[in-house]
Amino acid sequence: MTTPTAEAPTGPRHVTGEILTTKKVGAYQHLTLAVPDVAERARPGTFVALPAGEGRMGRRAFWIRGVRTVGGFGSAVEVVVDPTGPGSRWLAAQPAGTRLEVTGPLGRPFSLPRDPVSCVLVGEGYSAACLFPLASRLKERGCTVVILLAAADESRLLAALEARRTARSVTVVTGDGSVGRSGAGAPLADLVAAALPEVLQRAAADVVYAAAPAATLARVARAAEDVGAWSQTALEQPGPCLTGLCQGCAVPVVGEDRLVRMVRGCTEGPVLRGDRVRWDDLGGVPAPVDQGAL
Amino acid sequence: MGRHVATTTHPGPVLVAAGCGGTGRELASYGDLSALGGFVTRTITLRPRPGGPQPRVVESPSGLLHAVGLQNPGLDRFLATELPWLVRAGARVVVSIAGETVAEHAELARRVGQSPGVAALEVDLAEPDPTDWGLVETREPMASGLVATRIVATCRRELPRDVPVLAKVRLDPLRVLDQALGLAEAGADGLVVGHSLPALMPDGRHAGLSGPSLFAVARRCVAEVHAGLPTLPVIGCGGVATAEDARAMLAAGAVSVQVGSAMLTDPTTAHRISAELAADAAAAAESTGAGTRVGEALA
Repeated sequence: MTTPTAEAPTGPRHVTGEILTTKKVGAYQHLTLAVPDVAERARPGTFVALPAGEGRMGRRAFWIRGVRTVGGFGSAVEVVVDPTGPGSRWLAAQPAGTRLEVTGPLGRPFSLPRDPVSCVLVGEGYSAACLFPLASRLKERGCTVVILLAAADESRLLAALEARRTARSVTVVTGDGSVGRSGAGAPLADLVAAALPEVLQRAAADVVYAAAPAATLARVARAAEDVGAWSQTALEQPGPCLTGLCQGCAVPVVGEDRLVRMVRGCTEGPVLRGDRVRWDDLGGVPAPVDQGAL
Repeated sequence: MGRHVATTTHPGPVLVAAGCGGTGRELASYGDLSALGGFVTRTITLRPRPGGPQPRVVESPSGLLHAVGLQNPGLDRFLATELPWLVRAGARVVVSIAGETVAEHAELARRVGQSPGVAALEVDLAEPDPTDWGLVETREPMASGLVATRIVATCRRELPRDVPVLAKVRLDPLRVLDQALGLAEAGADGLVVGHSLPALMPDGRHAGLSGPSLFAVARRCVAEVHAGLPTLPVIGCGGVATAEDARAMLAAGAVSVQVGSAMLTDPTTAHRISAELAADAAAAAESTGAGTRVGEALA
Protein backbone atom coordinates (compact mmCIF):
# COMPACT_ATOMS: atom_id res chain seq x y z
CA MET A 1 0.00 0.00 0.00
CA THR A 2 1.52 3.26 -1.00
CA THR A 3 0.24 6.68 -0.17
CA PRO A 4 0.78 9.68 -2.41
CA THR A 5 3.33 11.37 -0.17
CA ALA A 6 5.14 8.23 0.93
CA GLU A 7 6.90 8.19 -2.44
CA ALA A 8 8.42 11.65 -2.14
CA PRO A 9 12.13 11.18 -1.52
CA THR A 10 12.38 14.52 0.27
CA GLY A 11 9.79 13.82 2.98
CA PRO A 12 10.63 13.81 6.67
CA ARG A 13 11.69 10.86 8.80
CA HIS A 14 11.44 10.25 12.53
CA VAL A 15 14.61 8.52 13.68
CA THR A 16 16.84 8.04 16.68
CA GLY A 17 19.91 10.18 16.15
CA GLU A 18 23.03 10.76 18.17
CA ILE A 19 24.99 13.86 19.11
CA LEU A 20 28.41 13.39 17.53
CA THR A 21 29.93 16.70 18.53
CA THR A 22 28.81 19.62 20.63
CA LYS A 23 30.83 22.81 20.78
CA LYS A 24 30.26 26.25 22.22
CA VAL A 25 30.89 28.95 19.62
CA GLY A 26 30.30 32.43 20.97
CA ALA A 27 26.87 32.54 22.59
CA TYR A 28 25.65 29.49 20.69
CA GLN A 29 26.11 25.74 20.89
CA HIS A 30 26.92 24.00 17.61
CA LEU A 31 25.76 20.38 17.41
CA THR A 32 26.50 17.71 14.83
CA LEU A 33 23.86 14.97 14.80
CA ALA A 34 24.17 11.58 13.17
CA VAL A 35 20.72 11.07 11.71
CA PRO A 36 20.32 8.16 9.33
CA ASP A 37 18.14 8.91 6.32
CA VAL A 38 17.49 12.53 7.35
CA ALA A 39 20.59 14.39 6.20
CA GLU A 40 20.27 13.17 2.61
CA ARG A 41 16.80 14.69 2.37
CA ALA A 42 17.71 18.11 3.68
CA ARG A 43 17.33 21.21 1.48
CA PRO A 44 18.30 24.79 2.34
CA GLY A 45 15.55 26.24 4.52
CA THR A 46 14.40 22.96 6.04
CA PHE A 47 14.77 22.21 9.73
CA VAL A 48 14.80 19.38 12.25
CA ALA A 49 12.62 18.98 15.35
CA LEU A 50 14.50 17.95 18.48
CA PRO A 51 13.33 17.06 21.98
CA ALA A 52 13.45 19.64 24.76
CA GLY A 53 14.12 17.37 27.70
CA GLU A 54 12.28 14.96 29.96
CA GLY A 55 8.69 15.94 30.69
CA ARG A 56 8.41 18.48 27.86
CA MET A 57 5.93 17.45 25.20
CA GLY A 58 6.76 20.23 22.79
CA ARG A 59 9.64 19.98 20.37
CA ARG A 60 12.10 22.65 19.25
CA ALA A 61 12.94 23.59 15.68
CA PHE A 62 16.52 24.03 14.49
CA TRP A 63 17.63 25.16 11.06
CA ILE A 64 19.82 22.73 9.21
CA ARG A 65 23.10 24.62 8.94
CA GLY A 66 24.88 22.00 6.90
CA VAL A 67 25.11 18.35 6.01
CA ARG A 68 28.29 16.38 6.08
CA THR A 69 29.60 12.86 5.94
CA VAL A 70 31.12 11.56 9.14
CA GLY A 71 33.33 8.49 9.01
CA GLY A 72 31.51 5.49 10.44
CA PHE A 73 28.23 7.33 10.94
CA GLY A 74 27.12 8.06 7.41
CA SER A 75 25.66 11.50 7.07
CA ALA A 76 25.09 14.07 9.76
CA VAL A 77 23.35 17.43 10.08
CA GLU A 78 24.72 20.48 11.83
CA VAL A 79 22.47 22.74 13.88
CA VAL A 80 22.99 25.88 15.94
CA VAL A 81 21.32 26.10 19.35
CA ASP A 82 20.70 29.42 21.07
CA PRO A 83 20.37 28.36 24.71
CA THR A 84 17.79 30.88 25.87
CA GLY A 85 14.84 28.78 27.10
CA PRO A 86 14.68 25.67 29.30
CA GLY A 87 14.34 23.36 26.28
CA SER A 88 17.22 24.79 24.28
CA ARG A 89 19.40 24.99 27.41
CA TRP A 90 18.75 21.30 28.06
CA LEU A 91 19.70 20.45 24.51
CA ALA A 92 22.84 22.60 24.59
CA ALA A 93 23.96 20.83 27.78
CA GLN A 94 23.72 17.28 26.39
CA PRO A 95 27.10 15.61 25.87
CA ALA A 96 28.31 13.88 22.72
CA GLY A 97 26.91 10.37 22.54
CA THR A 98 23.43 11.42 23.70
CA ARG A 99 20.72 9.75 21.67
CA LEU A 100 17.80 11.93 20.53
CA GLU A 101 14.55 11.41 18.68
CA VAL A 102 14.96 13.54 15.56
CA THR A 103 12.25 14.45 13.07
CA GLY A 104 13.23 15.97 9.77
CA PRO A 105 13.89 17.49 7.42
CA LEU A 106 10.69 19.47 7.92
CA GLY A 107 9.11 22.32 6.02
CA ARG A 108 9.28 23.76 2.55
CA PRO A 109 12.77 24.84 1.51
CA PHE A 110 13.89 28.02 -0.22
CA SER A 111 13.03 28.05 -3.91
CA LEU A 112 16.12 28.27 -6.06
CA PRO A 113 16.14 30.43 -9.18
CA ARG A 114 16.47 28.67 -12.52
CA ASP A 115 18.72 31.36 -13.94
CA PRO A 116 21.91 32.85 -12.53
CA VAL A 117 20.48 35.94 -10.86
CA SER A 118 21.65 38.37 -8.22
CA CYS A 119 20.75 37.21 -4.71
CA VAL A 120 20.96 39.04 -1.39
CA LEU A 121 20.87 36.88 1.74
CA VAL A 122 19.89 38.48 5.05
CA GLY A 123 20.44 36.59 8.29
CA GLU A 124 20.05 37.57 11.91
CA GLY A 125 21.53 35.76 14.91
CA TYR A 126 21.34 31.97 14.87
CA SER A 127 18.68 32.06 12.12
CA ALA A 128 21.45 32.85 9.64
CA ALA A 129 22.39 29.15 9.97
CA CYS A 130 20.03 28.13 7.16
CA LEU A 131 21.60 30.64 4.75
CA PHE A 132 24.99 28.88 4.51
CA PRO A 133 23.76 25.81 2.62
CA LEU A 134 21.60 28.16 0.53
CA ALA A 135 24.57 30.32 -0.41
CA SER A 136 26.46 27.24 -1.63
CA ARG A 137 23.55 26.06 -3.76
CA LEU A 138 23.06 29.50 -5.26
CA LYS A 139 26.73 29.77 -6.10
CA GLU A 140 26.63 26.34 -7.80
CA ARG A 141 23.91 27.77 -10.04
CA GLY A 142 26.04 30.72 -10.99
CA CYS A 143 24.13 33.25 -8.91
CA THR A 144 25.83 36.27 -7.41
CA VAL A 145 25.55 36.07 -3.63
CA VAL A 146 25.72 39.08 -1.33
CA ILE A 147 25.19 38.59 2.39
CA LEU A 148 23.98 40.91 5.14
CA LEU A 149 24.53 39.47 8.61
CA ALA A 150 23.05 41.00 11.73
CA ALA A 151 23.47 40.12 15.40
CA ALA A 152 23.13 41.74 18.80
CA ASP A 153 26.86 41.37 19.36
CA GLU A 154 29.91 39.54 18.05
CA SER A 155 29.20 36.40 20.09
CA ARG A 156 25.90 36.01 18.20
CA LEU A 157 27.35 36.62 14.78
CA LEU A 158 27.30 33.39 12.86
CA ALA A 159 30.44 32.56 10.91
CA ALA A 160 31.07 35.79 9.03
CA LEU A 161 34.32 34.24 7.82
CA GLU A 162 32.56 31.31 6.23
CA ALA A 163 30.09 33.71 4.63
CA ARG A 164 32.98 35.54 2.99
CA ARG A 165 34.07 32.35 1.21
CA THR A 166 30.80 31.99 -0.72
CA ALA A 167 29.67 35.59 -1.01
CA ARG A 168 30.91 38.38 -3.22
CA SER A 169 30.49 40.76 -0.33
CA VAL A 170 29.43 40.51 3.28
CA THR A 171 27.99 43.38 5.28
CA VAL A 172 27.87 42.99 9.04
CA VAL A 173 25.68 44.92 11.45
CA THR A 174 25.82 44.45 15.20
CA GLY A 175 23.60 46.04 17.80
CA ASP A 176 26.50 47.01 20.04
CA GLY A 177 28.97 47.82 17.28
CA SER A 178 31.40 45.06 18.29
CA VAL A 179 31.80 44.18 14.59
CA GLY A 180 30.86 45.99 11.42
CA ARG A 181 28.40 48.82 11.48
CA SER A 182 27.31 49.86 14.94
CA GLY A 183 23.69 50.13 15.84
CA ALA A 184 24.14 52.03 19.07
CA GLY A 185 21.63 49.73 20.70
CA ALA A 186 18.79 50.26 18.21
CA PRO A 187 16.53 47.24 17.48
CA LEU A 188 18.14 44.92 14.96
CA ALA A 189 15.11 45.12 12.69
CA ASP A 190 15.71 48.88 12.39
CA LEU A 191 19.40 48.38 11.73
CA VAL A 192 18.76 45.84 9.02
CA ALA A 193 16.11 48.06 7.47
CA ALA A 194 18.57 50.95 7.46
CA ALA A 195 21.43 49.00 5.91
CA LEU A 196 19.46 46.94 3.41
CA PRO A 197 18.42 49.46 0.70
CA GLU A 198 22.03 50.27 -0.12
CA VAL A 199 22.97 46.57 -0.19
CA LEU A 200 20.05 45.77 -2.50
CA GLN A 201 20.91 48.70 -4.74
CA ARG A 202 24.56 47.80 -5.01
CA ALA A 203 23.80 44.15 -5.75
CA ALA A 204 20.98 45.01 -8.16
CA ALA A 205 19.14 42.26 -6.30
CA ASP A 206 16.65 40.06 -8.12
CA VAL A 207 15.87 37.85 -5.13
CA VAL A 208 16.20 38.44 -1.38
CA TYR A 209 16.43 35.45 0.96
CA ALA A 210 16.04 36.13 4.66
CA ALA A 211 16.10 34.20 7.94
CA ALA A 212 15.49 36.25 11.06
CA PRO A 213 12.89 37.04 13.72
CA ALA A 214 9.54 38.14 12.28
CA ALA A 215 10.08 41.86 12.97
CA THR A 216 13.18 41.83 10.78
CA LEU A 217 11.60 39.67 8.10
CA ALA A 218 8.74 42.14 7.76
CA ARG A 219 11.21 44.95 7.09
CA VAL A 220 13.20 42.84 4.64
CA ALA A 221 10.06 41.93 2.72
CA ARG A 222 9.12 45.60 2.42
CA ALA A 223 12.62 46.65 1.35
CA ALA A 224 12.65 43.94 -1.32
CA GLU A 225 9.31 45.05 -2.63
CA ASP A 226 10.56 48.67 -2.78
CA VAL A 227 13.24 47.66 -5.27
CA GLY A 228 11.07 45.20 -7.18
CA ALA A 229 12.87 42.09 -5.92
CA TRP A 230 11.27 38.78 -4.93
CA SER A 231 11.66 37.88 -1.29
CA GLN A 232 11.70 34.51 0.42
CA THR A 233 11.46 34.67 4.18
CA ALA A 234 12.26 31.80 6.54
CA LEU A 235 9.92 32.34 9.47
CA GLU A 236 10.39 30.66 12.80
CA GLN A 237 7.16 29.95 14.68
CA PRO A 238 6.81 28.18 18.01
CA GLY A 239 5.76 24.50 17.76
CA PRO A 240 4.88 22.38 19.51
CA CYS A 241 4.64 19.60 16.94
CA LEU A 242 6.46 21.18 13.96
CA THR A 243 5.20 18.37 11.75
CA GLY A 244 1.92 19.93 10.55
CA LEU A 245 -0.28 17.83 12.81
CA CYS A 246 -1.49 20.37 15.38
CA GLN A 247 -2.23 23.64 13.53
CA GLY A 248 -0.55 25.53 16.35
CA CYS A 249 1.62 27.76 14.16
CA ALA A 250 -0.88 29.50 11.88
CA VAL A 251 0.47 32.31 9.66
CA PRO A 252 -1.88 34.64 7.74
CA VAL A 253 -0.92 34.78 4.06
CA VAL A 254 -2.54 36.35 1.03
CA GLY A 255 -3.02 34.08 -1.97
CA GLU A 256 -2.87 34.83 -5.69
CA ASP A 257 -6.61 35.36 -5.42
CA ARG A 258 -6.07 38.17 -2.86
CA LEU A 259 -7.81 36.10 -0.16
CA VAL A 260 -6.28 35.59 3.27
CA ARG A 261 -5.58 32.05 4.43
CA MET A 262 -4.17 30.72 7.68
CA VAL A 263 -1.33 28.37 6.73
CA ARG A 264 0.90 26.29 8.95
CA GLY A 265 4.28 27.89 9.52
CA CYS A 266 5.92 24.47 9.84
CA THR A 267 4.42 22.77 6.80
CA GLU A 268 3.38 25.38 4.22
CA GLY A 269 6.38 27.34 5.58
CA PRO A 270 8.83 27.94 7.09
CA VAL A 271 9.90 29.63 3.86
CA LEU A 272 7.12 31.88 2.62
CA ARG A 273 7.06 34.59 0.00
CA GLY A 274 7.67 37.83 1.85
CA ASP A 275 5.07 39.72 -0.14
CA ARG A 276 2.42 37.13 0.77
CA VAL A 277 2.73 37.17 4.56
CA ARG A 278 0.40 39.56 6.37
CA TRP A 279 3.19 40.71 8.69
CA ASP A 280 1.08 43.17 10.68
CA ASP A 281 -1.44 40.44 11.48
CA LEU A 282 1.10 37.80 12.50
CA GLY A 283 -0.10 36.04 15.66
CA GLY A 284 -3.66 37.20 15.13
CA VAL A 285 -6.49 36.24 12.86
CA PRO A 286 -7.20 38.89 10.22
CA ALA A 287 -10.79 39.33 9.19
CA PRO A 288 -10.96 37.14 6.13
CA VAL A 289 -11.31 38.99 2.86
CA ASP A 290 -13.72 36.31 1.79
CA GLN A 291 -15.59 33.74 3.88
CA GLY A 292 -14.60 30.85 1.68
CA ALA A 293 -10.94 31.67 1.87
CA LEU A 294 -9.55 29.44 4.54
CA MET B 1 -26.45 -2.36 14.31
CA GLY B 2 -23.52 -0.71 12.65
CA ARG B 3 -21.15 -1.76 15.35
CA HIS B 4 -18.40 -2.76 13.00
CA VAL B 5 -16.47 -0.65 10.59
CA ALA B 6 -17.19 -1.79 7.10
CA THR B 7 -13.90 -3.50 6.47
CA THR B 8 -13.14 -7.17 6.45
CA THR B 9 -9.67 -7.05 7.94
CA HIS B 10 -9.36 -4.72 10.84
CA PRO B 11 -5.77 -3.71 11.48
CA GLY B 12 -6.05 -3.17 15.20
CA PRO B 13 -7.44 -1.00 17.94
CA VAL B 14 -5.32 2.15 17.58
CA LEU B 15 -6.70 5.33 16.03
CA VAL B 16 -5.34 8.84 15.67
CA ALA B 17 -7.46 11.30 17.68
CA ALA B 18 -9.19 14.34 16.22
CA GLY B 19 -6.96 17.33 15.60
CA CYS B 20 -3.71 15.42 16.12
CA GLY B 21 -3.10 13.99 12.66
CA GLY B 22 -3.15 17.11 10.49
CA THR B 23 -4.91 16.46 7.19
CA GLY B 24 -3.45 12.94 7.10
CA ARG B 25 -0.91 13.77 4.42
CA GLU B 26 1.66 14.94 6.94
CA LEU B 27 1.23 11.76 8.98
CA ALA B 28 1.58 9.55 5.90
CA SER B 29 5.27 10.54 5.72
CA TYR B 30 5.87 8.47 8.84
CA GLY B 31 3.66 5.46 8.26
CA ASP B 32 0.97 3.88 6.14
CA LEU B 33 -2.42 5.21 7.25
CA SER B 34 -4.07 1.92 6.28
CA ALA B 35 -2.01 0.19 8.97
CA LEU B 36 -3.92 2.04 11.70
CA GLY B 37 -7.29 1.17 13.20
CA GLY B 38 -8.56 4.52 12.05
CA PHE B 39 -7.85 8.16 11.39
CA VAL B 40 -10.10 10.71 13.08
CA THR B 41 -10.07 13.94 11.10
CA ARG B 42 -9.66 17.36 12.62
CA THR B 43 -13.10 18.57 13.65
CA ILE B 44 -15.02 19.80 10.60
CA THR B 45 -17.66 22.52 10.79
CA LEU B 46 -20.18 23.51 8.15
CA ARG B 47 -18.40 26.76 7.32
CA PRO B 48 -14.63 27.33 7.17
CA ARG B 49 -13.03 28.58 10.37
CA PRO B 50 -9.76 30.52 10.60
CA GLY B 51 -9.03 29.41 14.18
CA GLY B 52 -7.89 31.59 17.08
CA PRO B 53 -4.92 33.86 17.75
CA GLN B 54 -1.45 32.83 18.93
CA PRO B 55 -0.33 31.24 21.09
CA ARG B 56 -2.54 28.32 20.17
CA VAL B 57 -0.68 25.47 21.79
CA VAL B 58 1.70 25.79 24.74
CA GLU B 59 3.48 23.33 26.98
CA SER B 60 2.34 22.74 30.50
CA PRO B 61 4.14 20.55 33.03
CA SER B 62 1.46 17.91 32.64
CA GLY B 63 0.70 18.11 28.95
CA LEU B 64 -0.31 20.65 26.34
CA LEU B 65 -2.70 23.57 26.61
CA HIS B 66 -4.47 24.32 23.38
CA ALA B 67 -6.88 26.84 21.92
CA VAL B 68 -6.59 26.23 18.19
CA GLY B 69 -10.15 27.37 17.64
CA LEU B 70 -11.32 24.59 15.33
CA GLN B 71 -9.40 25.82 12.30
CA ASN B 72 -10.72 23.80 9.38
CA PRO B 73 -11.58 24.33 5.71
CA GLY B 74 -15.31 23.79 6.17
CA LEU B 75 -17.41 20.86 4.99
CA ASP B 76 -17.39 21.64 1.24
CA ARG B 77 -13.64 21.78 0.89
CA PHE B 78 -13.10 18.91 3.30
CA LEU B 79 -15.36 16.64 1.23
CA ALA B 80 -13.77 17.81 -2.02
CA THR B 81 -10.11 17.49 -1.05
CA GLU B 82 -9.13 16.05 2.33
CA LEU B 83 -11.61 13.18 2.55
CA PRO B 84 -10.95 11.72 -0.93
CA TRP B 85 -7.22 11.85 -0.26
CA LEU B 86 -7.62 9.96 3.03
CA VAL B 87 -9.83 7.34 1.41
CA ARG B 88 -7.34 6.84 -1.41
CA ALA B 89 -4.57 6.47 1.16
CA GLY B 90 -6.47 3.52 2.62
CA ALA B 91 -7.29 5.21 5.94
CA ARG B 92 -10.37 4.15 7.90
CA VAL B 93 -11.72 7.64 8.11
CA VAL B 94 -13.69 8.74 11.14
CA VAL B 95 -15.01 12.24 10.41
CA SER B 96 -15.18 14.46 13.48
CA ILE B 97 -17.88 17.15 13.33
CA ALA B 98 -19.09 20.06 15.45
CA GLY B 99 -21.94 22.44 14.78
CA GLU B 100 -23.56 25.67 15.82
CA THR B 101 -27.07 24.22 15.88
CA VAL B 102 -28.78 20.84 15.84
CA ALA B 103 -29.84 21.53 12.25
CA GLU B 104 -26.22 22.09 11.29
CA HIS B 105 -25.32 18.70 12.73
CA ALA B 106 -28.06 17.19 10.58
CA GLU B 107 -26.57 18.70 7.44
CA LEU B 108 -23.04 17.67 8.42
CA ALA B 109 -24.10 14.09 9.16
CA ARG B 110 -26.18 13.77 6.00
CA ARG B 111 -23.45 15.00 3.67
CA VAL B 112 -20.66 13.07 5.41
CA GLY B 113 -22.84 9.95 5.28
CA GLN B 114 -23.36 10.36 1.55
CA SER B 115 -19.61 10.50 0.94
CA PRO B 116 -17.92 7.24 0.00
CA GLY B 117 -15.32 5.75 2.27
CA VAL B 118 -16.40 7.13 5.64
CA ALA B 119 -15.93 4.50 8.35
CA ALA B 120 -17.72 6.38 11.14
CA LEU B 121 -18.89 9.80 12.29
CA GLU B 122 -17.58 11.23 15.55
CA VAL B 123 -19.74 13.96 17.05
CA ASP B 124 -17.72 16.33 19.19
CA LEU B 125 -19.96 17.02 22.20
CA ALA B 126 -17.10 17.81 24.53
CA GLU B 127 -15.34 21.01 23.46
CA PRO B 128 -14.26 22.61 26.75
CA ASP B 129 -15.70 26.00 25.75
CA PRO B 130 -18.21 25.47 22.96
CA THR B 131 -19.77 28.91 23.18
CA ASP B 132 -16.37 30.63 22.81
CA TRP B 133 -16.33 29.26 19.27
CA GLY B 134 -20.01 29.72 18.53
CA LEU B 135 -20.79 26.03 18.89
CA VAL B 136 -24.01 24.68 20.36
CA GLU B 137 -23.89 24.54 24.16
CA THR B 138 -23.68 20.90 25.27
CA ARG B 139 -22.69 21.48 28.87
CA GLU B 140 -26.17 21.19 30.32
CA PRO B 141 -26.81 18.06 32.39
CA MET B 142 -26.68 15.19 29.95
CA ALA B 143 -29.04 12.85 31.77
CA SER B 144 -31.94 15.20 31.21
CA GLY B 145 -30.81 14.85 27.80
CA LEU B 146 -31.66 17.66 25.67
CA VAL B 147 -29.20 19.08 23.23
CA ALA B 148 -26.52 16.41 23.18
CA THR B 149 -28.97 13.55 22.82
CA ARG B 150 -30.93 15.43 20.17
CA ILE B 151 -27.72 15.96 18.22
CA VAL B 152 -26.85 12.26 18.38
CA ALA B 153 -30.38 11.17 17.48
CA THR B 154 -30.36 13.59 14.56
CA CYS B 155 -27.01 12.35 13.27
CA ARG B 156 -28.12 8.73 13.63
CA ARG B 157 -31.23 9.47 11.61
CA GLU B 158 -29.32 11.24 8.84
CA LEU B 159 -26.62 8.59 8.41
CA PRO B 160 -26.80 5.30 6.52
CA ARG B 161 -27.24 2.40 8.93
CA ASP B 162 -23.74 1.04 8.27
CA VAL B 163 -22.00 4.25 9.31
CA PRO B 164 -21.67 4.25 13.12
CA VAL B 165 -22.20 7.41 15.17
CA LEU B 166 -19.61 7.88 17.88
CA ALA B 167 -20.34 10.45 20.57
CA LYS B 168 -17.26 12.12 22.06
CA VAL B 169 -17.89 13.06 25.69
CA ARG B 170 -16.14 14.89 28.50
CA LEU B 171 -13.81 13.32 31.03
CA ASP B 172 -16.20 13.54 33.97
CA PRO B 173 -15.97 10.25 35.88
CA LEU B 174 -18.98 11.01 38.09
CA ARG B 175 -21.37 11.79 35.26
CA VAL B 176 -20.00 9.95 32.28
CA LEU B 177 -22.22 6.90 32.76
CA ASP B 178 -25.35 9.07 32.89
CA GLN B 179 -24.21 10.73 29.66
CA ALA B 180 -23.51 7.36 28.10
CA LEU B 181 -26.98 6.02 28.99
CA GLY B 182 -28.67 9.03 27.42
CA LEU B 183 -26.52 9.00 24.32
CA ALA B 184 -26.83 5.23 23.80
CA GLU B 185 -30.57 5.55 24.04
CA ALA B 186 -30.45 8.36 21.50
CA GLY B 187 -28.73 6.02 19.07
CA ALA B 188 -25.00 6.40 19.65
CA ASP B 189 -23.25 3.28 18.35
CA GLY B 190 -20.22 3.96 20.49
CA LEU B 191 -18.64 6.44 22.85
CA VAL B 192 -15.32 8.22 22.64
CA VAL B 193 -14.14 8.98 26.17
CA GLY B 194 -13.05 11.74 26.24
CA HIS B 195 -11.76 15.21 25.35
CA SER B 196 -9.42 17.84 26.80
CA LEU B 197 -10.18 19.31 30.23
CA PRO B 198 -11.19 22.97 30.52
CA ALA B 199 -8.13 24.99 31.53
CA LEU B 200 -6.57 28.42 31.20
CA MET B 201 -3.69 29.54 29.02
CA PRO B 202 -0.88 31.34 30.86
CA ASP B 203 -2.33 34.58 29.45
CA GLY B 204 -5.76 33.78 30.94
CA ARG B 205 -7.63 32.74 27.80
CA HIS B 206 -9.78 29.61 27.82
CA ALA B 207 -7.97 26.48 26.71
CA GLY B 208 -8.13 22.72 26.84
CA LEU B 209 -5.57 20.56 28.65
CA SER B 210 -4.49 17.32 27.00
CA GLY B 211 -1.70 14.88 27.64
CA PRO B 212 -0.44 12.20 30.01
CA SER B 213 -2.02 13.81 33.08
CA LEU B 214 -5.45 12.91 31.69
CA PHE B 215 -4.74 9.23 31.25
CA ALA B 216 -5.85 7.94 34.63
CA VAL B 217 -9.03 10.05 34.52
CA ALA B 218 -9.85 8.83 31.01
CA ARG B 219 -9.28 5.25 32.07
CA ARG B 220 -11.60 5.72 35.04
CA CYS B 221 -14.29 7.09 32.72
CA VAL B 222 -13.90 4.10 30.39
CA ALA B 223 -14.23 1.74 33.37
CA GLU B 224 -17.37 3.54 34.64
CA VAL B 225 -19.10 3.30 31.28
CA HIS B 226 -18.01 -0.27 30.71
CA ALA B 227 -19.30 -1.32 34.13
CA GLY B 228 -22.71 0.27 33.57
CA LEU B 229 -23.10 -0.41 29.87
CA PRO B 230 -20.94 -3.42 29.04
CA THR B 231 -22.35 -3.81 25.53
CA LEU B 232 -21.66 -0.22 24.39
CA PRO B 233 -18.34 0.01 22.53
CA VAL B 234 -16.11 2.56 24.23
CA ILE B 235 -13.02 4.12 22.71
CA GLY B 236 -10.50 5.36 25.25
CA CYS B 237 -9.00 8.75 24.48
CA GLY B 238 -6.88 10.78 26.86
CA GLY B 239 -3.16 10.69 27.51
CA VAL B 240 -2.43 7.41 25.72
CA ALA B 241 1.26 7.62 24.82
CA THR B 242 2.63 4.05 25.03
CA ALA B 243 1.57 0.50 24.25
CA GLU B 244 1.35 -0.06 27.99
CA ASP B 245 -1.19 2.78 28.25
CA ALA B 246 -3.17 1.27 25.39
CA ARG B 247 -3.20 -2.17 27.01
CA ALA B 248 -4.38 -0.64 30.29
CA MET B 249 -7.15 1.24 28.49
CA LEU B 250 -8.29 -1.95 26.76
CA ALA B 251 -8.14 -3.81 30.06
CA ALA B 252 -10.47 -1.18 31.57
CA GLY B 253 -13.06 -2.06 28.94
CA ALA B 254 -12.22 0.01 25.87
CA VAL B 255 -12.56 -1.67 22.46
CA SER B 256 -9.95 0.64 21.02
CA VAL B 257 -7.89 3.70 21.85
CA GLN B 258 -7.26 7.06 20.25
CA VAL B 259 -3.80 8.59 20.41
CA GLY B 260 -3.84 12.37 20.56
CA SER B 261 -1.27 14.76 21.97
CA ALA B 262 1.46 12.09 22.00
CA MET B 263 1.40 12.36 18.20
CA LEU B 264 2.66 15.93 18.51
CA THR B 265 5.81 14.80 20.30
CA ASP B 266 6.41 11.74 18.12
CA PRO B 267 4.42 11.40 14.89
CA THR B 268 5.09 7.65 14.84
CA THR B 269 3.37 7.00 18.21
CA ALA B 270 0.14 5.49 16.85
CA HIS B 271 2.00 3.24 14.43
CA ARG B 272 4.40 2.13 17.15
CA ILE B 273 1.61 1.28 19.61
CA SER B 274 -0.33 -0.44 16.86
CA ALA B 275 2.65 -2.62 15.96
CA GLU B 276 3.25 -3.55 19.60
CA LEU B 277 -0.38 -4.54 20.13
CA ALA B 278 -0.31 -6.55 16.92
CA ALA B 279 2.72 -8.41 18.27
CA ASP B 280 0.75 -9.11 21.50
CA ALA B 281 -2.15 -10.44 19.48
CA ALA B 282 0.11 -12.62 17.35
CA ALA B 283 1.77 -14.04 20.46
CA ALA B 284 -1.62 -14.71 22.05
CA ALA B 285 -2.83 -16.44 18.89
CA GLU B 286 0.30 -18.56 18.91
CA SER B 287 -0.18 -19.67 22.50
CA THR B 288 -3.92 -20.37 22.29
CA GLY B 289 -3.91 -21.63 18.75
CA ALA B 290 -6.88 -19.46 18.00
CA GLY B 291 -7.14 -16.24 16.06
CA THR B 292 -7.73 -13.28 18.32
CA ARG B 293 -10.21 -10.64 17.52
CA VAL B 294 -8.52 -7.77 19.29
CA GLY B 295 -10.03 -4.50 18.30
CA GLU B 296 -12.37 -5.97 15.75
CA ALA B 297 -15.06 -3.64 16.91
CA LEU B 298 -14.06 -0.09 16.30
CA ALA B 299 -17.42 1.03 17.45
